[in-house]
Amino acid sequence: MSEKKKMAKSDASPASKETPPSATPKMKGDKVKVFYGEKQALMDVDLDIKPNEVTALIGPSGCGKSTFLRCLNRMNDVIDICRVEGKITLDDEDIYDSTLDPVQLRARVGMVFQKPNPFPKSIYDNIAYGPRIHGTAQSKADIDEIVETSLTKAGLFGEVKDRLLEPGTGLSGGQQQRLCIARAIAVNPEVILMDEPCSALDPIATAKIEELIDELRENYTIVIVTHSMQQAARVSQRTAFFHLGELVEVGDTEQIFTNPNDSRTQGYITGRFG
Amino acid sequence: MSANDHIVSSFDEDLETLKAKIAQMGGLVESQCESAVRAVHRRDQTLAQRVREADGRIDELESEVEAMSLRLLALRQPLGGDLRTVVASLKIVSDLERIGDYAANIGKRAIVLSSLPEIPPANGILRIGGLVQSLIKDVLDAYTDDNLELAVAAWHRDEDIDELYTSLFRELLTYMMEDPRNITASTHLLFIAKNLERMGDHATNIAETVHFQIKGTKMQADRPKGEDASYVVTMPE
Repeated sequence: MSEKKKMAKSDASPASKETPPSATPKMKGDKVKVFYGEKQALMDVDLDIKPNEVTALIGPSGCGKSTFLRCLNRMNDVIDICRVEGKITLDDEDIYDSTLDPVQLRARVGMVFQKPNPFPKSIYDNIAYGPRIHGTAQSKADIDEIVETSLTKAGLFGEVKDRLLEPGTGLSGGQQQRLCIARAIAVNPEVILMDEPCSALDPIATAKIEELIDELRENYTIVIVTHSMQQAARVSQRTAFFHLGELVEVGDTEQIFTNPNDSRTQGYITGRFG
Repeated sequence: MSANDHIVSSFDEDLETLKAKIAQMGGLVESQCESAVRAVHRRDQTLAQRVREADGRIDELESEVEAMSLRLLALRQPLGGDLRTVVASLKIVSDLERIGDYAANIGKRAIVLSSLPEIPPANGILRIGGLVQSLIKDVLDAYTDDNLELAVAAWHRDEDIDELYTSLFRELLTYMMEDPRNITASTHLLFIAKNLERMGDHATNIAETVHFQIKGTKMQADRPKGEDASYVVTMPE
């Protein structure tokens, strides 16, 4: 991606592309409480995730933002002492319903982690893995196509097309992270969760991921946890501020960063406490 | 460390320096305005000349504040109230710089006026000048003390200046009609009055900026517009 393209892209005001406020939420958190053993990590969080928008979750360490993110595809299930109360829906369907298969849920709500974690397999197999185990693609031709389109959507195909059979772990950090995004896209999810996806990357690799996030939101709904407020400001349309397990304030990103309503939000974004 | 302090204390120092610099520039602008009006009133050429020369310092301060604000934006990436403070500082110095220019222009006209025969409406200038000075003083105090009420109250007072300007405009037209030899002096006085009225407008801009800086929103009420002096018609008898 050329510098010029990046400039032109950032010129377009994010506000002009916003979905109307009337859009029904893609996901909805209703009085979500999370306990780790005796300790309550989230207090009655009500948060709507709007479709085709990037929602950024910000707040100091331990504020519950990652905990909330992990509730959205039941990643907390794997922690024994973790208990989730309240209701979270995806398209009005309760994702904690006992009849719902968490594996299927995670195909619909994909995740990208802080540290790029490609499988110790080839670039090709990293992408093909999901479609194979979910059985969404059968023939070699189908899988070839998924691999190509996923890598293309993740902005990586051009860089790796001649070495698809080389190990994914041989790529640079930024490329590995885009490979992980491509892997998440390969199973055709509806929502992509990102937990500090750029914190291990340099500024250029970060810019590429941010550019990618902006492109992806045309087709996906994205929720991102980030410690960089500038990043939240750059990539998201809506920002939610968490503090001590509480959702303090949620609003249009522009409003949160220029004129927050709550004094705790103001204190945090201006670097007065954390 | 109080709850209002940044974790990075040098950020607070930067913001304080910025504020102090604007206060210094405001003080200078206030005194320029006062001296300019006094020079007209006392027909004091030396003072008028001093006002003209001091304008350069105001321009310098404007550049200094601009450079500091730019640096703060680039290095601190301020957000929320801090972002508004920096944006407000840029707007305020540009209004102050304009007020300074008007004061310098009054100084220039004061020199010309002092060599022309004196005409009575010069006293009217003193009245408008007094109002403008107190308006400038109040908006600057509102800025330094983050005083929203004072800013809003000052903002409403601009109306009085507009009214006084309109009445002075009529008075000067009358003088010009009475005796064409008054035209040169009257015209200079008219421009001076207009300059003062414009200074008042810039002072209300500052009041609006202070409101935005504190509240994050625009001032709501519409300022009632007085009669526009340019459309006043005075017919010869």
